[in-house]
Amino acid sequence: MSAVAATVAGSDATTRVRPGSGVLRAVLGNKKALAGAIMLLIFLVAAIAPGLFTSIRHPDTHKFAQLLPPGSGHILGTNAFGQDIWAQLVYGTRQSLFVAVVAGALASILSIIVGVSAAYLGGLGDDLLSLLTDVFLVIPAFPLIIVIAAYAGGGSMLVVIGVLVVTGWSYGARQLRAQAMSLRNRDFLESARVRGERRSYVIVFEILPTMVSLIAANFLGAALYALLTAAGLQFIGLGNSSTDSWGTMLHWAQSNEALQTGQQWWVIAPGLCIALLGASFALLNYAFDEISNPALRPVRRRKVRK
Amino acid sequence: MRFILRRLGFFVITLWVALTVNFFVPRLMPGNPAEAMMARFRGRINPDALKALEVAFGLNTQKPLFVQYLDYLGNTLTGHFGISLTFFPQPVSTVLAQALPWTLGLVGITTVLAFVLGTGIGLIGGWRRNGIVDSVLPPVFVITSALPYFWVGLVLIMVLSLGTNGALPNDGGYDPTLNPGFNAVFIWDVVKHAILPALSILIISIGGWILTMRNNVVTTLAEDYIRMARAKGIPNHRIMINYAGRNAILPNLSGFAMSLGFVVSGSILVEFTFNYPGVGYMLLSAVNNQDYPLMQALFVLITVAVLVAVLISDFLTAWLDPRVRTAG
Repeated sequence: MSAVAATVAGSDATTRVRPGSGVLRAVLGNKKALAGAIMLLIFLVAAIAPGLFTSIRHPDTHKFAQLLPPGSGHILGTNAFGQDIWAQLVYGTRQSLFVAVVAGALASILSIIVGVSAAYLGGLGDDLLSLLTDVFLVIPAFPLIIVIAAYAGGGSMLVVIGVLVVTGWSYGARQLRAQAMSLRNRDFLESARVRGERRSYVIVFEILPTMVSLIAANFLGAALYALLTAAGLQFIGLGNSSTDSWGTMLHWAQSNEALQTGQQWWVIAPGLCIALLGASFALLNYAFDEISNPALRPVRRRKVRK
Repeated sequence: MRFILRRLGFFVITLWVALTVNFFVPRLMPGNPAEAMMARFRGRINPDALKALEVAFGLNTQKPLFVQYLDYLGNTLTGHFGISLTFFPQPVSTVLAQALPWTLGLVGITTVLAFVLGTGIGLIGGWRRNGIVDSVLPPVFVITSALPYFWVGLVLIMVLSLGTNGALPNDGGYDPTLNPGFNAVFIWDVVKHAILPALSILIISIGGWILTMRNNVVTTLAEDYIRMARAKGIPNHRIMINYAGRNAILPNLSGFAMSLGFVVSGSILVEFTFNYPGVGYMLLSAVNNQDYPLMQALFVLITVAVLVAVLISDFLTAWLDPRVRTAG
């Protein structure tokens, strides 16, 4: 086993929990998780019902006077094209969130399939799948994405999601395989085998529910990766420049020299949104770590009573 | 010995996969950019450049695909990458040689710095569980590690460069009006130009180190040998460094290797934001100019660099931790 694997074999000894039990309570009780969840909720609402946040319906085509500073009618002002920045921000939530969630989900599914199969197959199957995972893990993702996106002639949504999934699944597969391996010899699996259950049943109904918290953490990590990388691609112009998303806003801001010409909000706002959404994923992820490994929870200072 | 062979084998296999991907991707894309480009340029650029494209792609329509593939592998492994179209007629290897030191300097130094600082802070944070470091900093760093690289760069430009009226330069690797050379003025100028990009990378990557190190230390503290050391009366700071620290750092080392891929990605964006003339910036210029030979060569270069770093890190971990040598 390469040293690379040692890192992810960390918290593998989870007790068997019924799916969903106590998760809601755990999330609500943990301050970090709560903060992350609230932020995520706000963004979700903005994506589903942007009309709640702004009265402008088509931020791209609805042009106002250019370069207005923040003020009446335009919370963040307008950019060099005359588009309202705040409205673009709200509508851009949809695309950014969509890419993050879809790519994250697909990458997670791929990780689960490869990771759990590798752990369960053992032997040569395991060796081959592990090798595949390691190779994809080490090949630098962003240069590969740039190269593929460039050859595909600038990204359509499909290309962007495709390359994100292809490069993002390997980290999760490693983690899931490590945990599935540690579960392999547990008693409840042994009893399922002795009962004569089919392999597929064992995998889907016995192994997966035990790993739910790790899978959730995985999904969050993959979504974070997808969000940041998609934004990066759009920033350098390889994403879909015609649609509205935070990354493309930054792209246009950069090409119009927004900082130098004093349009700070054009630059700050989308980046801040990416950061906040990413932070919500990261906070939830971190909180899930703490929930599943009590040793990591913050230690409360004991007040000395006189 | 087996361990070394396994790691080298992995290195070779991964490199081979990367090169194969590099070879086939242009051909698989709709419109086959390689051939399209050749057709577009045929008759309009001189035979040398055409030859360069052929070498870069391994494209030679007279030969069967398999022979093209072998030619391509041979050319790449001996460093024949052809001629760059952006910097015509400079050969690609010259462009690479010019860009590489900038990136190595910026990314290399910053990553090592982030690793050292992050691990140190993480060690202290994990050691003193209810101290200030542990309660306040982790959430802060969770957020900073989720920030997009280029955005941090832009904010830094706004605050520290434009805000201070150009005290710290935000463009390029050095002042083009100065004479390059090993004189103090030039070196100081290079350092000044590197401060903001380095700060961007540092801010984001340090969070990861701190968090993982802290988690590792917490797990290590539960071990018996820590209790034994305390029972023996060894002073606290020595336990922290020699016992807890040394053992907790091991997973971090192998994590260092894995994170290199991410740092490389981030550095590409940082170089783009600051117009820093490194490898990442060249890659993006190549993409914008459809300079396929340069693009392919850069991809190979970056992959090789990451693979070598992973190899070194694996060997280092094996040297430090005997358990790893037999675990493979």
